[in-house]
Amino acid sequence: MAKQKLNHLGYDDNMEVIDSDIMEKVLTAAANYQYEQFTARDVERALTKDRLSITDYGAVLSPAALGYLEEMARKAQSLTRKHFGNSVSLFTPLYIANYCENECTYCGFKATNKITRAVLSIEEAEAELKAIAATGLEEILLLTGESRFKSDVKYIGEVVRLATKYFSAVGIEIYPLNTDEYAYLHECGADFVSVYQETYNTDKYGQVHLWGSKRSFPYRFHAQERALRGGMRGVSFGALLGLDDFRKDAFAAGLHAYFIQRKYPHAEIGFSVPRLRPYINNDKNNPKDVHERQLLQVMLAYRLFMPYAGITISTRERAKFRDHVIGLTATKMSAGVSVGVGGHNEKQKGDEQFEISDERSVREIHDMIIKKGLQPVYSDYIRV
Amino acid sequence: MNDPLIIGGHEFQSRFILGSGKFSLDLMNTVIEHAEAEIITLALRRANPGGTENILDHIPKNITLLPNTSGARTAEEAVRIARLSRELGCGDFVKLEVIQDSKYLLPDNYETARATEILAKEGFIVMPYMYPDLYAARDLVNAGAAAVMPLGAPIGSNKGLLTKEFIQILIDEIDLPIIVDAGIGRPSQACEAMEMGVDAIMANTAIATAGNVAKMAKAFKHAIEAGRAAYLAGLGRVLDLGAEASSPLTGFLED
Repeated sequence: MAKQKLNHLGYDDNMEVIDSDIMEKVLTAAANYQYEQFTARDVERALTKDRLSITDYGAVLSPAALGYLEEMARKAQSLTRKHFGNSVSLFTPLYIANYCENECTYCGFKATNKITRAVLSIEEAEAELKAIAATGLEEILLLTGESRFKSDVKYIGEVVRLATKYFSAVGIEIYPLNTDEYAYLHECGADFVSVYQETYNTDKYGQVHLWGSKRSFPYRFHAQERALRGGMRGVSFGALLGLDDFRKDAFAAGLHAYFIQRKYPHAEIGFSVPRLRPYINNDKNNPKDVHERQLLQVMLAYRLFMPYAGITISTRERAKFRDHVIGLTATKMSAGVSVGVGGHNEKQKGDEQFEISDERSVREIHDMIIKKGLQPVYSDYIRV
Repeated sequence: MNDPLIIGGHEFQSRFILGSGKFSLDLMNTVIEHAEAEIITLALRRANPGGTENILDHIPKNITLLPNTSGARTAEEAVRIARLSRELGCGDFVKLEVIQDSKYLLPDNYETARATEILAKEGFIVMPYMYPDLYAARDLVNAGAAAVMPLGAPIGSNKGLLTKEFIQILIDEIDLPIIVDAGIGRPSQACEAMEMGVDAIMANTAIATAGNVAKMAKAFKHAIEAGRAAYLAGLGRVLDLGAEASSPLTGFLED
């Protein structure tokens, strides 16, 4: 069946179009962000300030700031402590389905990949939720691949409802929805929505999202705003660092969050920092590669620019890196993670999207946090 | 000298209210001991009864719990959290926080007054966190608040008494205990507030982020006591240089 190729800057028929100027603001600012122009002096000036302007944010994300990581870390740590104290929140992701109707060149879940696909039945989902709850966790993030057909909103809603029986906070990381669908899932018990834009370079976005509804850049971009209008309390942002120019993408992701917070001041803002790892032995000096050093720079820049925002560090990063960024800039970490479909209670039913680098259990992560003099926080939300 | 702090008919010897949100839980006991605090606030959303790291398990039984409604964005949400808190056995005290701004965490005085009215009618001892505004404070009094808790500076900022003049107005005009709730970054600032006539100090970040939390807790305790003693003693006059040398403006009366 030949698929009608969607214009990546347009919308499909059933996609809601909202009135918002945030995309234009973010894309204009990102287009004008010339990070090579920032000097050491600009970075030093930014680091003396109480509040970073957008220009200062550009400075701390620039290559010139790579020489100031220690100073940035000191400031970031102090801000993290001021806003979050010793707290490190714990959660785990649960993949309930991995069917996908999109063809994204970089993704293991893409539609044409011959992997084992699955969707958990309601009974299987409940068994997984129970098994996770038994580890003491109180916050869960439900994930699906982007298939409206195999994992529809009604199904996700049912799993959300179940999840509220076992967890005090339920988040979703699924395909973007219309406002009324977000409102429905909110009514079912979900309060937090993560949608990652992957890249804010619209040309690149069009090149890597070959077909499927994910091809619509603007529909994805406005997901957080629709989620908040649907009653969600918190939204998370992120670019897949390394997919395109990571500095520009991180700059845009930061501004996306910034403008959303200005327009919806009650919204809780979060960042995730997924990255494409540089290929080993492949041009080690490519300045656009995202090594741990660059990843840390992005995380510190997010903290300096938006000191009150949550930053999550995933198990895609190795244990040592994770252990060092909590309390410094990250405020939330996953534990006891399985990224296949299911896999907490029974053997996993569907393949994973990527490999994890930190397989520690909730208990092990808990002990590590305590050992660092920080406080693991399981419950930090009441739904009322 | 017996100089109790009276809130909603309950007497306390300590005028130091400890926040708990930013501590490591295993330090809680030590901090309480060094602070000699009798009231501890806790975010109800952090209570995890029967679960891991339940903050309630770390607070000694002789301490008065002051559960807060953090996370509430409207009066209705705050009211529901307060009711939950009572159901969980956390008592009748409630520190009311209604916040609709995730960046500055500034309190919404209007929603706070609405929630105060509802909760006071239900028998709660309501201690609202507020932006120091005289009209709002009067609304809170009328709504049945048991104390008024103005912020000294944005929460977590450790910037001290940025709202000093406005807090002074509340001290002068409002007949309820005035408790400075946020922004106090060092013992000297706590002392200064107490000298002005503030009835108690609530602090968390300043202690939780100190190099040695136990020593800092003790330092705050002493500073608060010193400030209170100074207030009761009546501060001496501060003289302008040379102002007393003669009476150039009224001396003619003696001529």
